[in-house]
Amino acid sequence: MNSAWLTVLKRDLLQAYRRRSDVATTLFFFVIVSSLFPLGIGSDSAILSKIAPGVLWVAALLAGMISLSRLFATDFADGTLEQMLLSPQPLFLLVTAKILAHWLVCGLPVVLLAPVIGLQYALPNNAILILVISLLLGTPALSLIGAIGAALTLGARGSGLLVALLVLPLYIPVLIFGALAVSASQSGMSPQAHLSLLGAISLLAVVLAPLATAAALRISIE
Amino acid sequence: MKKIIFALGFVIAIAGAGLMLFVHGAKYLSVNIALVMLGAALMRQSAYFADTLFHNASPQTFYPTAGKMIPWFAWLAVIMAAYGLYISFAIAPTDFQQGEAYRIIFVHVPAAWMSMVIYLAMAFWAAVGLALNSRLSAMMAQALAPTGAIFTFLALVTGSLWGKPMWGTYWVWDARLTSELILLFLYLGFIALQASIDDPRKADRAGALLAIVGTVMVPIIYGSVKWWNTLHQGSSINMGAAPKMASTMFEAMILMALAFWMYTIAVALMRVRCIMLERERHANWVKSIGSEGKP
Repeated sequence: MNSAWLTVLKRDLLQAYRRRSDVATTLFFFVIVSSLFPLGIGSDSAILSKIAPGVLWVAALLAGMISLSRLFATDFADGTLEQMLLSPQPLFLLVTAKILAHWLVCGLPVVLLAPVIGLQYALPNNAILILVISLLLGTPALSLIGAIGAALTLGARGSGLLVALLVLPLYIPVLIFGALAVSASQSGMSPQAHLSLLGAISLLAVVLAPLATAAALRISIE
Repeated sequence: MKKIIFALGFVIAIAGAGLMLFVHGAKYLSVNIALVMLGAALMRQSAYFADTLFHNASPQTFYPTAGKMIPWFAWLAVIMAAYGLYISFAIAPTDFQQGEAYRIIFVHVPAAWMSMVIYLAMAFWAAVGLALNSRLSAMMAQALAPTGAIFTFLALVTGSLWGKPMWGTYWVWDARLTSELILLFLYLGFIALQASIDDPRKADRAGALLAIVGTVMVPIIYGSVKWWNTLHQGSSINMGAAPKMASTMFEAMILMALAFWMYTIAVALMRVRCIMLERERHANWVKSIGSEGKP
């Protein structure tokens, strides 16, 4: 059982490595979106550091959503996904591996890049640290919840836009607690409560989302 | 048997609504509301619930039943709405602080209630459809979604119309407005997902899963939005505590909510009939309806 999980994880990571430009696209999307805001709003560093938590979190949300289409689409197109469904391994376990791979490829780079963008937004060091921690706690939930949407829209018409409509409302709690944690630390308050809630959402998602995703895959491919 | 239950429900519902008009006062209010609710539940129970939950439900038998039930619910909706609007506009006193403009809450609050209740009802029927694989429940979920979205929209519009004279602005980003907006997004997501999958059975099941996920997420979303910001006044009706508003206002609000309920049932039944015809268009019973020219 464990070996199947590892195999899927390794396979997905290898695939991502072979198509490095795909990974880079998500990352550049994050950078571009967050660079657009200063261009639209102006370079006043007081305003920028005030809006930074929200803007950076929204950018992370959008980057996470954009990359969702790759989670199952290629495997669906070439029939691999069908074989996974037929395999004797529990589907939710394989799904967990795929989601983890997706997070490692699309979520983690955003987390690692966030401090640089934070500096551009004139965030103080303390807030940058909290930004990274909040992204680290919150982005897994984005991949997990997003996987449900990605699985549901497999084979639907216009699935790219549909995913946005399904998934973005469900991302709202993550956005709220993530952005609040950073702004709390900016104003000298403890971000601990927000971070705890963010972690709780991620843990809840770890338990429930793979099951829902597996069910959604069985519905989409029957 | 079905007819007896249905008639009993109708009598009880009417009696409850009538009592509410003649026996004023908070003491009897809960009894009257309970009567109306019980009546409505019995009416629904009579055919619709029984048919759907137990496997003998088929679109073929439900189609004529639904057709017969629609006028009852529609007329109940009209009568209750007329009563409710009469009380809201003619009898309910002018508010000490808010003047006449407060009267929009007689539409706003029931619409907001309905927007939430319908989501739960929709998720319930979707889940029943997913679990028991009964076609009718999935169709019911699909039929409820547009009505829920409309009530959500209505709650948002009336809320902002009320907000302009009261708060001086059409929109504030407070917890309840925001979560109502998110609820609208959830409805739209459900409708869009069902519309974009061609195979109706697959669309039903995908929609059902989405509705269930949404139901799990709604409390989390609501909690987070509330945490995020709140400047809305406290909720206008506290179950368990004595209502803070005059009892006539409360009655009008309850009557309007019941009218909306009846409207929802009538409209959902109409829509579910259309869905049945569309999906079963190759079945013989649909063809026979078409050839006889009956509605």
